[in-house]
Amino acid sequence: MTNIFEESRPGRLGVQLPPTRTEAPAGIPKEALRAELPWPELSEPQVVRHFVRLSRMNHAIDVGFYPLGSCTMKYNPKINEEMARLAGFAWLHPLQPEETVQGALQLMWELEQDLAELTGMDQVSLQPAAGAQGEQTGILMIKAYHQSRGDLERTEVLIPDAAHGTNPATASLAGFEVVEVKSDQRGGVDLTELRAKLGPKTAAVMLTNPSTLGIFEDNIVEIARLTHEAGGLLYYDGANLNAILGKCRPGDTGFDVVHVNLHKTFSTPHGGGGPGSGPVGVKAHLAPFLPGPTVGRDGDRFHLVPGGPQSIGQVRSFYGNFGMHLRAYTYIRSLGRDGLTEVAEDAVLNANYLLHLVKDLMSVPYERLAKHEFVVGLPRAIKDRTGVRTLDVAKRLLDFGIHSPTVYFPLIVEEAMMIEPTETESKETLDAFAAVLAQVLEEAVTDPELVKTAPHTTPVRRLDEARAARQPILRYRP
Amino acid sequence: MLAALDISAIDDLFSDLPAEVRLNRALDLPLGMPEMELDRHVRALAEQNRNLTQLVSFLGAGVYDRFIPAAVGEILRRAEFYTSYTPYQPEVSQGTLQAIWEFQSLVATLYGLDVAQASLYDGATAAAEAVMVAVAETGRTSVVVARSVDPQVRGVIRTYARGRPLAIQELPLARDLSDLNALGRLLSQETAALVIQQPSFLGAIEPVAEMVEMAHRQGALAVVVADPIAHAWLEPPGAYGADLAVGEGQGLGVPPSFGGPYVGLMAAREGLVRRLPGRIVGATVDVDGKSGFVLTLQTREQHIRRQRATSNICTNQGLIALAATVYMSLLGPEGLRRVALLSHEGAQDLKARLLALPGVSALGPAPTFYEFAVNLPRPAALVNQELLAKGFIGGRALGDDYPELGPGSWLLAVTEKRSAAEIAAFADAVGAVL
Amino acid sequence: MDVPEDLRYTADHEWIRVDGGRGRIGLSAFAQDQLGDIVFVELPKVGAAVTAGSAFGVVESVKSMSDLYAPVSGTVVAINQSLADHPEQVNQDPYGRGWMIEVEMSQPKELDALMSSEAYAQSIQSAGH
Repeated sequence: MTNIFEESRPGRLGVQLPPTRTEAPAGIPKEALRAELPWPELSEPQVVRHFVRLSRMNHAIDVGFYPLGSCTMKYNPKINEEMARLAGFAWLHPLQPEETVQGALQLMWELEQDLAELTGMDQVSLQPAAGAQGEQTGILMIKAYHQSRGDLERTEVLIPDAAHGTNPATASLAGFEVVEVKSDQRGGVDLTELRAKLGPKTAAVMLTNPSTLGIFEDNIVEIARLTHEAGGLLYYDGANLNAILGKCRPGDTGFDVVHVNLHKTFSTPHGGGGPGSGPVGVKAHLAPFLPGPTVGRDGDRFHLVPGGPQSIGQVRSFYGNFGMHLRAYTYIRSLGRDGLTEVAEDAVLNANYLLHLVKDLMSVPYERLAKHEFVVGLPRAIKDRTGVRTLDVAKRLLDFGIHSPTVYFPLIVEEAMMIEPTETESKETLDAFAAVLAQVLEEAVTDPELVKTAPHTTPVRRLDEARAARQPILRYRP
Repeated sequence: MLAALDISAIDDLFSDLPAEVRLNRALDLPLGMPEMELDRHVRALAEQNRNLTQLVSFLGAGVYDRFIPAAVGEILRRAEFYTSYTPYQPEVSQGTLQAIWEFQSLVATLYGLDVAQASLYDGATAAAEAVMVAVAETGRTSVVVARSVDPQVRGVIRTYARGRPLAIQELPLARDLSDLNALGRLLSQETAALVIQQPSFLGAIEPVAEMVEMAHRQGALAVVVADPIAHAWLEPPGAYGADLAVGEGQGLGVPPSFGGPYVGLMAAREGLVRRLPGRIVGATVDVDGKSGFVLTLQTREQHIRRQRATSNICTNQGLIALAATVYMSLLGPEGLRRVALLSHEGAQDLKARLLALPGVSALGPAPTFYEFAVNLPRPAALVNQELLAKGFIGGRALGDDYPELGPGSWLLAVTEKRSAAEIAAFADAVGAVL
Repeated sequence: MDVPEDLRYTADHEWIRVDGGRGRIGLSAFAQDQLGDIVFVELPKVGAAVTAGSAFGVVESVKSMSDLYAPVSGTVVAINQSLADHPEQVNQDPYGRGWMIEVEMSQPKELDALMSSEAYAQSIQSAGH
C-alpha cells in the first residue's frame, strides 16, 4: 500500500480555510524563517480513504477476540466515547478559571474517591499519563519518603523475576539498584529468597498481584510484613487489578502505593498503543509526596490543590489524561458497586473456563486456580518433534481472525503463552478459541510447515525484523 | 461453565484469597446506572462547565483552541484504530504501524531532523526524556534550562531529574528574551544539555541559532522545544544544528480536553537514534517481498533491556499521534502555513490594539508569532475575572510563574478561530476594564 | 558447530586469537547461532581500556541484547568498523569478518585461564542439551 507522501499531488489541500491578508509573518527576521516544508499535499477524500484503508489492516477488539495476556483487552463501551466528545469536556482549556470547570473538577474528585475506595488507599493523584508513569511516580514518592526521614541508605528495589519489564526500568530510572527475587515452585514469590534479600538497603518491593502468571500471591500478608519489618515499602503494580475488583483491595493487604491502569481495568480504549492513564493511590504516610495538583472539595465547590512542599513535583503537564479519566468515570458509574465486583468474577470465571478447555492441549506450569489470566507452554513433545514454536502457533491463530495471546512472557516459563480472555467475552468465543487452538496444534503435528510459515491470510505475512533493525528506514525519503 | 469447572459457585474461584485479605463488604460506590440515566448524569456534569464553544478565548500558554477538520474525528472513530493495542503482531497491525511511520516522517520533516520516534505522553515529558537522552549521550550531569521555557515543561524536567544526580540551572530572562550573557556563564564542559523554546513561552522569537552554537561550543547537546504550528514558518531546529527537537502536538488536531490526552513530539539527529525513548517503527518487507512495517530497534526498550532501558515508557500516544497524522495530512504545507499565518495576523492585530490602550506596554521588543505578552496597569488575574463576566477567557496571568514580571504581566494567544470582530470586541472589553 | 583450534575461549562464548602481544576478539559460532540474527554491535572506542571478565560491548539481535565480555585485559587498538553497517557478518563469518576488537594485552598471563578449543567444544555440547 502506498504512503501519504507517495499519494501527494502538488496543489492539493485537505481543508478549507479563510484567506490570509498577508503573504508572510511580519517583523520576523528572514533568517529565522524556513525555506520549505516538504509535507505531502492531499485532498480530503484522499486522506480519508487512505486512513480508512489503513484501519482495515488492523485487528482490534471490535473486530475479533484479543486474548492478549497482561493487557486486559476488554470491550470498550461506546457510551464512554460519546461522553468524551461532549464539548463541555473536550473543549475545556486546562487553565480556564476554576468556576468555569466545576463539572470537570467534580468528575475528577469523584474518580479520585472511587479509585481510593477500589484500591483501599487514602489519596489518589490522576496525573500519571500511563502505567509506566504511575510506577515512576510511585517509586519517586518512595524515594522522597525515605529521604524525608533521613533514611538515605536505601538503594535497592526488589522485583520478582516474573515482573513486567517496566518495573526494573522504572526502579533503575529512579536511581535504584534492581535486585531480582526468584519465583518458587508454585509460581509465587520465594519467601526464603525474599527474606535473604530484604535488609537495611531495601527501599521497596514491587509486586503485581495477581502476578503475571495470573496467580494470586497468597503469601501477600507475610510479604508485606517482611517488607515493612525491613523498613521498605510495598509497591502495587495495578496491571492485573481487574481480577480482584471488589474482592480484595491492595491497601488492605499491606501495599503502601498502587498505580491503576485505566486502559486495562477501567475500559478506556488502548488506541493502538496509548493514550493510557496511570493514576496513583497512596496510604496517608505517602500523601505529602503526591504530585500536584490534585482536586479538593469545599462544600459544593471543587478546586485544584497544588502539590505541597514535599511533593515530588509534577510528572506530566496539567492534571493527566482527563479524556481517559472521564471514560473511566463513566465506566465506574455504569457498573456501580455490584457491577464492578461482577467484572472480577466474570473475568476469573472466563479465565478458569478457558484454562480448563486448553489444559490438555498445552503444558501447564503451575496447577493452581487462575485469576484473570493464565500462562501455558507449548508442549515440549510438539516442539521437539516438529520444530514448531510458540511464535508459530501465535502466528497461525492470526489466520483464524484471533489476535495472538502474549508470547514468551513471563520469561520464567518456557515457550510461554499468556492468555487473558477478560469478562466481556462470551462462552461461544472461548469455546471457538479452544477449538482453533486444538486445530492449530493438530496442524503442527500433521503439517508443521503450514504452521511455521503462518500467517497466510493477513494483509502482510511474516516481516523481516532483522532487516528493519540492521538498516533502519524510519521515515519517508523522496 | 461452573459445571465444566466442577464448582457450585463463582466464589469458589476466589478460594485462594486468604480470609484476612478479603473485602467482606460491598464497595462503597453508587449503584450502577442504565445507559440512559448514565448519559443524563454525565451530560449534566459537562453542562456545569463553560467551554470554549461558549466563551471566546485568548488563553494559550501551551494549549490552543484550534480548528479541527471533521475528517480527523471521523478517522479516530474507526474502532479498528481505537480498540487495537500496541502493534505486537505486525501482520495484523499494519494500519497502526504505517500511520506511526507516516507520523515519524511528518514530524522529522517539520523539525528538519533525521529521525522521529512514535510519540510521547505530551510535550513536557518529551522534553524531560530528551534531557535524559542528552545525559546518556554526553555522560555529563548538568543541564541548563531557559526560564523562557514553559513552566510546566520545566516542572516535569525537574521531576524526572529526581531519579539521578542531575543539577538543573535556570537561564534567566533579560526582558522578553533569554539572557545570552548569562548563558555564556552557565554553560560549561559539565553541561549535558541546553533546553530552549521557540517561540518562547512568552511568545518571543528567541535567537535560537546563536544559543545552539553556544551549547555546542561546550560539547553540550541542544534540545529545542518547538511549537509545531509556528514552525510552518520558522526555521526548523535541525537547520540550525539542534540535536533534539521536542514539542506539544495538541495544536495538531487534538481538542484541549482539560489537559489531556495530548501527544509529545520528538525528533533527533541520526546519531542519537539508539538512545531515543519509546516506540520506533521501521519499514521492511515480508517473506513474499511485500513492503510492510514493524516496531524496530526494540532492544532500547524496557521489555528487553529492563533496568538498562533508556526509558520506562511502554506505549506511545497512539491514537493522539494518529489524530496529528490525519491533521497534518489534511493541512499539508499550505494549510499549516495558512493556519499559522491567520493566527499570526490576528495576534498582530490584537497586540496593536492592546498597546494602543493607556497604560499597556509590550514586555519587550522581540518579534512574536501568535502568542505575546504585555504589561497591564492592573493585576492580570483581576482583569481576567472581569473579562469572564463579559464572556471572554483572558490570557494567562504570568505573575505566579514569573514573579519578576509583576502581577500585570499577561500572555495572550490568538488562533485561526478568532475572527476580526472577536478580536476587536475583546480589545474593547480590555479597554473597558482597565 | 565450528570451534577453530587456534583460538582460546571464554565461558561467555568470546574467542581470542593471539598474535604477539595483541589479541583479536569475537563471538563464537555457537553464540551467534543462539542469538539469531545479529542486528547491532556496540563496541568501545579505540584507546579504551578493557578488563578481563568485564563487559566491553553489547551485541543485539531483534529481541535480545547480550553483553560482550573481554577475555583479557588491555587497551583497544582496533575495532571492526564494518560491523556498524554490516552486523550480519557476525552471523556469516564469526571467526573472520565478524571479529569485534583488537586489544594490546596488559596481562598476557590471563590467557592461561581461558578454555582451549576442546574444552570449549565440550562445554557447548553439554550446554546445548
